[in-house]
Formats: sequence, C-alpha cells, structure tokens
Amino acid sequence: MNALQNLFQNKKQNLLSLFFTAGYPQLDSTAGIIAASQKAGIDFLEVGMPYSDPLADGPVIQQSSTLAIANGMTIEILFRQLETLKGKTSIPLLLMGYLNPVLQYGTERFMGKAAACGASGLILPDLPIHEYREEYQTLFEKYNLSPVFLITPHTSDERIKLIDELSNAFIYVVSSAATTGKQQDFGLTQQEYFQRLKSMNLKNPLIGGFGIHNRQTLQQAWQNLDGAICGSAFLKKLAEAPDARKAVEELKKDLGLMVE
Amino acid sequence: MTVKTDTNPTEVIRKQNIPDERGYYGNFGGAYIPEMLYPNVEELRSNYLQVIESADFRKDFELLLRDYVGRPTPLYYAGNLSETYGAKIYLKREDLCHTGAHKLNSVVGQALIAKHLGKKNIIAETGAGQHGVASATVCALLKIPCTVFMGSKDIVRQQPNVLRMKMLGAKVVAVESGSKTLKDATNEAIRHWINHPDDTYYLIGSTIGPHPYPDLVARLQSVISEEIKTQLMKQEGKNAPDYVLACAGGGSNAAGAFFHFIGNEKTRLIGTEAAGEGVDSGLTAATIYSGTPGIIHGCKTLLMQTPDGQVMEAHSVSAGLDYPGIGPLHAHLHATGLAEYLPVTDTEALEAAQMLSRAEGIIPALETAHAVAALSKLKFKPDDIVVICLSGRGEKDLQTYQQYFQKI
Repeated sequence: MNALQNLFQNKKQNLLSLFFTAGYPQLDSTAGIIAASQKAGIDFLEVGMPYSDPLADGPVIQQSSTLAIANGMTIEILFRQLETLKGKTSIPLLLMGYLNPVLQYGTERFMGKAAACGASGLILPDLPIHEYREEYQTLFEKYNLSPVFLITPHTSDERIKLIDELSNAFIYVVSSAATTGKQQDFGLTQQEYFQRLKSMNLKNPLIGGFGIHNRQTLQQAWQNLDGAICGSAFLKKLAEAPDARKAVEELKKDLGLMVE
Repeated sequence: MTVKTDTNPTEVIRKQNIPDERGYYGNFGGAYIPEMLYPNVEELRSNYLQVIESADFRKDFELLLRDYVGRPTPLYYAGNLSETYGAKIYLKREDLCHTGAHKLNSVVGQALIAKHLGKKNIIAETGAGQHGVASATVCALLKIPCTVFMGSKDIVRQQPNVLRMKMLGAKVVAVESGSKTLKDATNEAIRHWINHPDDTYYLIGSTIGPHPYPDLVARLQSVISEEIKTQLMKQEGKNAPDYVLACAGGGSNAAGAFFHFIGNEKTRLIGTEAAGEGVDSGLTAATIYSGTPGIIHGCKTLLMQTPDGQVMEAHSVSAGLDYPGIGPLHAHLHATGLAEYLPVTDTEALEAAQMLSRAEGIIPALETAHAVAALSKLKFKPDDIVVICLSGRGEKDLQTYQQYFQKI
C-alpha cells in the first residue's frame, strides 16, 4: 500500500487536495509549498509537471506552466527537489502531467524515479486507457504507483465502471465539461452528475476537481463526493502571496476553512 | 470520385495509406486525448467511415466538389517548366479550387459529417488562413456558425484571409498564447471544444490531431491523387507518375496527392518541409529532418521538441507550414521509406515562387512554393513524369513577396 492508499483507508470524507505547478512561482518553490501544505493539514498534493502545450488546462495553469518552464523546471530537477524532501515530509504526493515529457524521459525510468522520490501515483490525462492496460499497468504495479483517471459528466457509465476497475486510489471527477479553472459555481447539472456517480457505488473514492475556488464549491463537492482538489485558485494565491504558507492560508480562508 | 478504401488495387497499398483501427500508421498516430475530449472524438471515430461511405454523403459530397469547389481541377502540362528542368512537369491545379487552395476538399466533407452528426457549431484552427477561409465559406453555405482560431502573429501576416473570413460571417479569435501561430491556434481550438462539447464539431484542417482526423482528412483529400491517376491516363497513357511533389506542414495536400500512389514502386513521393532559415539554424519547421518521436495535439508523430519533451516553436516564412509537428501518416511514410522529405528554406521558396510566376504565369502560395523549389534539388530523366501538387494560390502572400523582392 502506498501513502495515498493509506490515506484513503483512514480518511473517508472531506478530503482536500491541492494542485500546484512545479517550478512556479520560482524554480525552487516546491519544498516550501509541500511543507506549508502539510502543516496546514492538506490531505494530499498533486505536483504538476509543466508542459508547453497543456491542452486540458485553462489560462491560469497554462501561464504557470509557461513560467515554470522559463524558470528552468524539468522532470530531472523536480525529481532532485523531491529526493531531498524524502523522509522529511509525510503528505502523499501524486505527479500530474502530460504524456510527452514522460515518454521523452523514458517511461520506466520515470516511474522508477517517481516511486523512489516517494510519489504515490500518477495522473497522465492524455494516456489512453487501452494503452495503460497494455503497456503501463504492469509498470505502475511494479513501482507501487496508483494510476488516477479522469471522468467527466460525459463519460459513460460503462467507461466509469472500467475506470473504477483499473483504479486503486481514487477517481478524479472533473466537475463539468471544461478546461481547468473555468467554472464559477456548480449548477443543477453538476449536482445531478454527482448524484449519478454516488448511486453507482464505486469502489474508489471520488475526488472532484476543476472549479473548486470558494466555500460554496468546496462544500458542494464535499457533500456529494469524498473530497476536492483545488488547482487554479491555489496558483492564483501562490502568485499573489509573499510565501507558500500565506498562500495556503489565504486559500483556506476563501474556501471557508479554519485557519490556525 | 470515391473515398472508399476498397478501390485500392492491392492489400499492400491499403495497409500503408490507412491506419489500423486505433489510428496507427506503424508506430505513429493514435489518440492521446484527455477524457474531456473522449466522447466527441469517439463519436466521430465510430461514425466517420460509415458516413463517408454512405450513398447520401457521397452524393452530396461529389456534387459540392464538382459544382462548388470546381473539381476536377486541371492537370496542367507546364511546358516552360518542363523545358527548364528537363522532364515532363505537370501541375495539379488545386490553386484553382474555390477559395484558392485544396483545403476546401476536406472542409466540404467534414462540414457534411458535422451536419450528419447533428452539430450546431463549427470551430477550426488556421495558420495561413486558407483553412479558416475554407471553413468560413462552407459554413456560410451550410448555414452553420463558424469560429476560427488564428495566432495573432498569423493574423498580421495573412490579413487578406482574415478579412475574407470576416466577410463570410465567421468569428475570428486571435490567439495570444505561446507561439501565437498555428500550434497555439490548435491548442485554443481544442480548449474551446473541451468547453463546448455538446454541439460543436472541430473541423481540423490537416492530417493531424487524434485518430480519426488524420485518416479522415487524408481520405477526403485523396480525391487529388485519384484525379491525377485518371488525368494521367488520359494525357499520358499512364496511371502513375514517376514523381509526386507536395509541400507538407501538417501534410494534408501531400497526403491527398500521395494517397493512391503510396506503396507504388514506380512513383517517388517527395514531400517538402519548410526549413525556415535552414535546418540547423534553430529557426526551422522541418519536422521530419529535425524532429523526434513524441506526442503533439493528440497523436504520436515526429515533432520538434526539447530533450525534456517541451514542444518547440517552429519557424517558417510561410504561415501554413509554421508547425512543429507533421501528420502521423508522413512520419510513417518517412520511417518506412515510402516517401522522402526534403527541407526547403525560406529563400529557396521565395525564389521558386518568383520563378513559377515568371515561367508559367502562376503565382503560387508560399506553402506551395516549397514544393516547386524541389525541382532544382532533383535530377530528372527527360521522359520522367513529374506532378507537383500546386496546393494554393499566392494572392494572400503578395505582401511577403513584395517585402522580400524589395529587400534584395
């Protein structure tokens, strides 16, 4: 069992995860963000590997990626940063990014390094499911990494069941048909979608992302799902705040959470 | 006219010009897309062959190609060029298509598919503006609202086409992200599609993108090589030329001009890539020459990228070839030696445009000029039959031509 699976064993509801782009706002921001998140009681983190052409992302994550690449961030540097934190942090980490940089790094080499750096799982949104099953699944298993797949309101029940079958940590519930950071609030369609998911009795926890930015969206996600992921809103705070600790604090305020 | 695959003479040819059911041409192709795009792409994938092979579609498509696009386009024997280069040189006059380029072939077909699938809106990306104009044109005809994404850098260098799109009633969205050219126009079109999945058809302009787009566009453009075959038989008594030359950015006109000759040992297929200021200058769009395997815009192909897998910005004087990837069909043809790809610099293309204008009274598009430039890189025998796919006309590039010839 990896750290992420362990977390879901022990905490079943109201989970909160943050996404940030590695190398943003500064090349060496990674350690500070991880430490601040852990201290603030965030349940787990998604570390975004910046990519030049992030198709599924809105302007906030695009800009953070462009800046991170300009800052010199690479997968190699990210692994070095994470290695130095190993043993010093306990917050579960996932790596999230597009497939091409992973292919160029070398798929197995990447997975081996990710696991050695303490990552619990990978989110590669443009990895096709059939290719995962044929070429990647054994590698994920070998390195004890959890694959995380996305579902949207347009994903068929049949496909959701297949994804549930292949997953062993959680399912990433994209709240609506949209790029990241797009929604203002969750309407009736989202609520119905959440209800539909609930009624399917899936074995994996459901964590909602895309559009979590205030108390209302967080509470709606928590009421209907097992947890929420906050990305674009966190990146905005990181850009504005003097340090990561303050950014997490400001975000928690926006989300209507207690700040110590 | 047909878009069916069973018209190909042998099984061998069939396997090389169309992908397997997951969209792979050998090692290239596939559909590397986030889940948000999956239902739309899957809808198209599971319908496109059935639609384009249906009698209804073919009737509408063929009628529009004939009476609206103006097909068949002439296969013109270029006597003056033939004399200069010592071979029988023919120009496949795609520049005479309505709107001035081959792009309309695929747009007519895809817009009919969009209607068939019940889509209410069409979006498109464009580089040189030819695909944008073609999309705006057919959308006006079929009364479908059209939004075209175009890099702000391309908007400046291809003004006439921007004005045409607007006159045709299309909305032109200036893309300010990344390179501000075709690559990022494509990203923005995809993002728009993610945000508007229910009623929107994404009309891709080239043989790029996730499966089934490369195959769909190649099949719709294959009318070019089909006509070449028939016309050569009539004009030369032969059903295949010795050479086919075509420029390749994403590679749609080259795919169409090569399609029925792929795997035919008699014909040398030569694609020309935009080398920009030179293949080793760092300012190039010669993807086959300087690219490595990876993923761009949803397919595995050759692309220009850093060792870390970040997509590099392409450079070419020609907006239509200014793309850091190439269609997976071409990556496969290159890998298997079924086609050859030559880099052509900005200067060589500009000079070739001038040469063709003076030799035959035909001003080619800058993209097309890259194919013409290959003439001086090849050695022909006097009875060689050479077909150049004259993919587009040059009115949109007059400003660039003027600037260049004033400078020298």
